[in-house]
Amino acid sequence: MATSESTNIKKIQVRRFKPDENPTSNYLTEERGLWAWMTTVDHKKIGWMYLGSIAIFFAVGGILALLLRTELLTPAQTFFTADAYNQLFTLHGAIMVFFFLVPSVPAALGNFILPLQLGCKDVAFPRVNLLSFYIYVVGALFTLFAIFTGGVDTGWTFYTPYSSSAAGGNVMAMTFGVFILGFSSILTGLNFIVTIHRMRAPGLTWNKLPLFLWALYATSIIQILATPVLAITLLLLTMERLLSIGIFDPALGGDPVLYQHFFWFYSHPAVYIMIVPGFGIISEIISTFSRKHIFGYWAIALSSLAIAFIGFLVWGHHMFVAGQSSLANLVFSFLTFLVGIPTGIKIFNWIATMYKGSIDLKTPMLYVMVFLFLFTIGGFTGIMLGALAVDIHLHDTYYVVAHFHYVMVGGMVMAFLGGLHYWWPKMTGKMYNEMWGRISCAIVFIGFNLTFLPQFVMGSLGMPRRYFNYLEQFQGYHVMSTYGSYILGLGFLMVLIYLTHSIFKGKKAPANPWQSRAMEWQAPSPPPLHNFEHTPVIIHGPYDYHKPMSEFQLGIAGSHNGHGHHEHETETKTVEADK
Amino acid sequence: MEQPSTLEKKQDHLQHHFVDSDQQFESAKMGMWIFLVTEILFFGGLFAAYIVFRSWYPELFLLASDHLDTFWGAVNTVVLISSSLTVAMAIRSAQLNQQKGIIINLAITIALAFVFMVIKYFEYTEKFAVGIFPGGYYTYEGIAHDQANIFFSIYYMMTGLHGIHVVVGIGLMVWLLLRARKGHFSSEYYTPVEITGLYWHLVDIIWIFLFPLLYLID
Amino acid sequence: MNRLSDFMLPDARSTFAGDVDALFNFINVVSLILLIGITIAIIYFAYKYRRKSEDETTPLITHNSKLEITWSVIPLILVIIVFGWGYNGYLNLTTAPDDAYEIRVVGKSWLWEFHYDTGFVSVNELHVPANQPVKLILSSDDVIHSLFIPEFRVKMDALPNRYTSLWFEATEPGEMTIYCTEYCGSAHSNMLADLYVHSQEDFQTWLETADAVDETLSPAELGQQLVQRQGCLACHSLDGSTLQGPSFEGIFGRDRELQDGSVVTIDENYLRQSIIEPNTQVAAGFPAIMPSYAGSLDDRQIDAIIEYLKTLD
Repeated sequence: MATSESTNIKKIQVRRFKPDENPTSNYLTEERGLWAWMTTVDHKKIGWMYLGSIAIFFAVGGILALLLRTELLTPAQTFFTADAYNQLFTLHGAIMVFFFLVPSVPAALGNFILPLQLGCKDVAFPRVNLLSFYIYVVGALFTLFAIFTGGVDTGWTFYTPYSSSAAGGNVMAMTFGVFILGFSSILTGLNFIVTIHRMRAPGLTWNKLPLFLWALYATSIIQILATPVLAITLLLLTMERLLSIGIFDPALGGDPVLYQHFFWFYSHPAVYIMIVPGFGIISEIISTFSRKHIFGYWAIALSSLAIAFIGFLVWGHHMFVAGQSSLANLVFSFLTFLVGIPTGIKIFNWIATMYKGSIDLKTPMLYVMVFLFLFTIGGFTGIMLGALAVDIHLHDTYYVVAHFHYVMVGGMVMAFLGGLHYWWPKMTGKMYNEMWGRISCAIVFIGFNLTFLPQFVMGSLGMPRRYFNYLEQFQGYHVMSTYGSYILGLGFLMVLIYLTHSIFKGKKAPANPWQSRAMEWQAPSPPPLHNFEHTPVIIHGPYDYHKPMSEFQLGIAGSHNGHGHHEHETETKTVEADK
Repeated sequence: MEQPSTLEKKQDHLQHHFVDSDQQFESAKMGMWIFLVTEILFFGGLFAAYIVFRSWYPELFLLASDHLDTFWGAVNTVVLISSSLTVAMAIRSAQLNQQKGIIINLAITIALAFVFMVIKYFEYTEKFAVGIFPGGYYTYEGIAHDQANIFFSIYYMMTGLHGIHVVVGIGLMVWLLLRARKGHFSSEYYTPVEITGLYWHLVDIIWIFLFPLLYLID
Repeated sequence: MNRLSDFMLPDARSTFAGDVDALFNFINVVSLILLIGITIAIIYFAYKYRRKSEDETTPLITHNSKLEITWSVIPLILVIIVFGWGYNGYLNLTTAPDDAYEIRVVGKSWLWEFHYDTGFVSVNELHVPANQPVKLILSSDDVIHSLFIPEFRVKMDALPNRYTSLWFEATEPGEMTIYCTEYCGSAHSNMLADLYVHSQEDFQTWLETADAVDETLSPAELGQQLVQRQGCLACHSLDGSTLQGPSFEGIFGRDRELQDGSVVTIDENYLRQSIIEPNTQVAAGFPAIMPSYAGSLDDRQIDAIIEYLKTLD
């Protein structure tokens, strides 16, 4: 990839642009007011709007989780009826997956950081970007409508024929909401791919692309290829309820297992939509806080693509006991193990990056360490579930619940929190309280493990998932898990409080508080409306810590992006930028 | 990447975040191509369902296909292919700066798309008249097969979704026509015509698959 | 190893449970070793290479092919071992011997029916012989269910439009619980069944006498037994509380509003109709989800249940 483009070498006059430590204006001070925010096409503000929305949904999903954990304190009914409990876990799952996990990193952090890391002014289609946000909002409204008009109790997977015939409530509004939501995800992915292909700053070749962008690129590919299949599946399901078209309903001659194939064809790759951007964040943070070149750049970059690719071929491992042929099970099991390899490679590479580094255990780095520990457990238990004979026993038990929470919360949410802390100074221009950051990270870690470790044990002991009543022998584990969830909730609440506090009372953040070499840190904190006051020129990779900082602050001499223009140094020089 | 020349900076179609017209054009085109990929996967789900049910009930598809009007299906195929040609000619006209050509070709395309929809409308009403409704509302008894409703569910889903795409295409084309009349497009800038054309070709191609799969089963 | 099994797995009571457990333990132990290694490396590096001054520089190490190949190939070998082992075990789990004793299992919302070769049907109660292969042939009457016996390490979905099967050979007599593990609605977590493993002689005796009527029971007593055994209580309470269906408390002779707005008095005919064709006259405010008992209860049993319901004031 790099060679094909490096044939096209241009000589450009560049000079150094030091990031302005005291910018007179930034994207937050310009275009103020509610209407300006609601109609903005600025990727940074759209990123914030997403961040606000997903934070709300994370809170809602989290409260639902606490409610259902509380219900499970006793084996029989504690507070809720069985139907209410079924709605709770359905909404918890659906909200967390579709409204938090899928858009969290790409749409919130990705939107904010991607153009900054590329050194461009905005994503390729800013209006489409705004449109995708409003599509997300419309999808969310449908979901809220579903909740207030009877709720949904199908589980977030909407398995037929239960969802198409037996389930009460307003399944149609819910599936239609998620159907709409899919287009938001598709448009974000589309936007990112085009932006990464077409909008890179001079000199930013594929081999200098930050790993966060490689990860977003892989994610976007999955988004555009998998999400349409979910869309059509949910549309068919909606039609099934509306017109009884009979595609999935056995009573009308359809096939419920076909639904499962369709659903997991999206939803398994969707797992990688959720986790792969997290991998990208980890790469960024671990290199910055080890102040060291990332170990195995290409291995990490390409393993993201490998995961994206193989991830499309493993959906059948959700259906090992659904009556698939054993040949299909053989193939799906084998491919499932193959996904483990690129994932393992990443973990080893990250740890190797720490070797001989200069490691600063600030909050983002602590989250990375928590991520590495928890995600490794999530990965190993995934291997366990991929082993056919064992999966027969573990399928649809709490073991599976614990496994995907280790991957999704222990992996993805930790990476998200790491990234949020890492980029917080850039996004807000304020530093959060480091001590509270570390304390709440520790609380989250303890709470998380207390919640989900017992679930591995009760799962393998035979406790099925989605159970309102359970046998008394499991109560000890459930009680432990419930108390753990309270601690976990407390940890998240603390994060919310001190981050919010920092916006108003936090110390002013320097442009590059972590002394990172990545492009986004060469813009002021917070960045101006169009990100850079100049057209950046990139001659080194984002992890080249052996090169002096001054060589990462180059821009086209005489260029300015239409804002107040600041003179720093008059010395210019010529570089060869391969592009 | 070249520095933006002052001339290009002044072009009013160039959005602020692009360096030059080329970048904007290439981005838009790539965006549309990616969108078309998602469209193919979107219909792909239906094609997968089609394959599954055809392999389950092969005789049903033979029986039910007879009840579709091959003649009008073929006419519609010709209509859509012609409209693909005219939309390509509209792009060509834009490249050659022929303002009138753009307008005329777009107008013909819209007219053909309408013809397609009208024929579709008559096909549907004819089906509804005998009780061939989608899914649970199916009441027709002329097909000796228990699952006859499934074929028509798939038929209505596929052609219905395709029809929605045609309607969206008509909307886009009308918008283009209005802009073309104001002289917005030239050989310098015809991105919207180009990418709408791409979209229209896809709509056409999907029909070219639907027609034999649904009408021409023997 | 055994301690780990005891802690994390239920008792192994089928012939292949031991194999499954061995693989479970193998993956656990290997994972634990690797996890400890990784954790130690992270903590050690974080301590050893902690930042000592703000202007520290680090060596440039971009990659190391030998190392990277090593840590790609070793996990690959490990997962291929696990894959092969797991698939081998799976083949044992899915290939039932020809001489297996077959039992038909039907999942209904929310009970399990077990049909034996004698024609006898037990509800929420499965009896099998020990030391003999048993094959369960599953299907569902409505939505997808899944039959799970943890002690045997077996599980299989029961689907509404096709048959699936699983088999096992119990190693010792005993009692266990069967779970439904595919979410199927309100009373999903009540869709449990009792599994009784008998010695072969006991099983034969049971099978021969299961059908026999206990003449000593009065109709109402028999009805009480049936109501408990047939899974009625999953949805109908005896104490007046509302579950998925109307409570049995004081049910006989009461006026009941139906879904179509009409009102009926609950008499023998209504009760009989509700057992055989439950969804023809559904009580207002309740979903039409009750499975039909036509074929699995004979006239005498239905009479007994009606007699029992009369006694519930």
